[in-house]
Amino acid sequence: MAPVIFQFRKSLFSRRLQISFALLLLSHLAIAQDIPFIKAAQIEQWKNANTDTIYVINFWATWCGPCVAELPEFEKLQQQYAGQKVKVILVSTDFKKQVETRVKPFVLEKNLHSQVVFMDESNPNNWINLVNPDWSGLIPATLVIAPQKKFEHFYEGELTYEKLETLVQSALK
Amino acid sequence: MKQLLAALSLVIAFMAASFTLPAHRVGEVASDFHLKNVDGKMVRLSDLKEVKGYIVVFTCNTCPFAKAYEERIIALHQKYAPLGYPVVAINSNDKMVKPDDSYESMQSYAKEKKFPFVYLYDETQEVAQTYGALKTPHVYLLDNQRVVRYIGAIDDNSEDASAVKEKYVENAVDALLAGKEVALKETKAIGCGIKWKRS
Repeated sequence: MAPVIFQFRKSLFSRRLQISFALLLLSHLAIAQDIPFIKAAQIEQWKNANTDTIYVINFWATWCGPCVAELPEFEKLQQQYAGQKVKVILVSTDFKKQVETRVKPFVLEKNLHSQVVFMDESNPNNWINLVNPDWSGLIPATLVIAPQKKFEHFYEGELTYEKLETLVQSALK
Repeated sequence: MKQLLAALSLVIAFMAASFTLPAHRVGEVASDFHLKNVDGKMVRLSDLKEVKGYIVVFTCNTCPFAKAYEERIIALHQKYAPLGYPVVAINSNDKMVKPDDSYESMQSYAKEKKFPFVYLYDETQEVAQTYGALKTPHVYLLDNQRVVRYIGAIDDNSEDASAVKEKYVENAVDALLAGKEVALKETKAIGCGIKWKRS
């Protein structure tokens, strides 16, 4: 009997160790953010929202080099404007089957604090024009909106922090 | 006089704007081109004989969307080349930006994937610029007079070929083969940008 009890104790101890180790890790690492799935209709909802919050909506994907390169600018913006009504939303246009395998690990690894959502539409032809009729579908692309003021500015391509901030400033005015 | 000047400057501004955007639109005659194929031979679009038109596809070796579509591009050629609409694939990516899109990489890629169509290297990026191609894959369907009849995506689902509901290019070619007007002339899709030369 003795060895069995010993084993039991050992496993209990190791489990405790595992748990405290996990807790320690959690307190130091970012907690994986949930990635809500959105539909095309969400774009209209953002545009028509009854809010004085400014939405900075960036369309990106993990496979898109220029998109990944400019993500830190959006993170910086979210941080700099944390006290103001500015909300950065990063809309992933990755393949659906890669949300779990690529997007989530990427968001965790890069420790992204801005809200990441996934565009759950299989046919981009149905929603690209809702964002902006001039958009070719090329990413990165960014939409800045101040819904109450009906302010809308769309930009296709990479943005520098300066340009991004200018856009947000004009939306805040 | 002032009004005349104002009108003139408007015209000039408009012309300048249209010159900076040389993209081909549906209904326009697309430019001919002369590019090197992966087999080392030069191909001129107008030299392709006994065709009813061309399925011009701007694509590349590296983009996840181009890769997702490569089987479907092969299938398009196999179905429509015998009917007079061959696929003419063009890679316009700059090899300095994307080394795996170099001419040599195109050659090995075409061999590996057994591309049954010509795969042309647009090294100067002039063709992509003239056509106004922005992404990969980006399709320009031309008739035998080289009039652009459709611009856009291959179908409505890049991720999953088995879930496609609308085959845009096939529908357009079928319409032309039947002597009908193409119903849906332009579509949009998310795609990798063509990798332009850094100036």
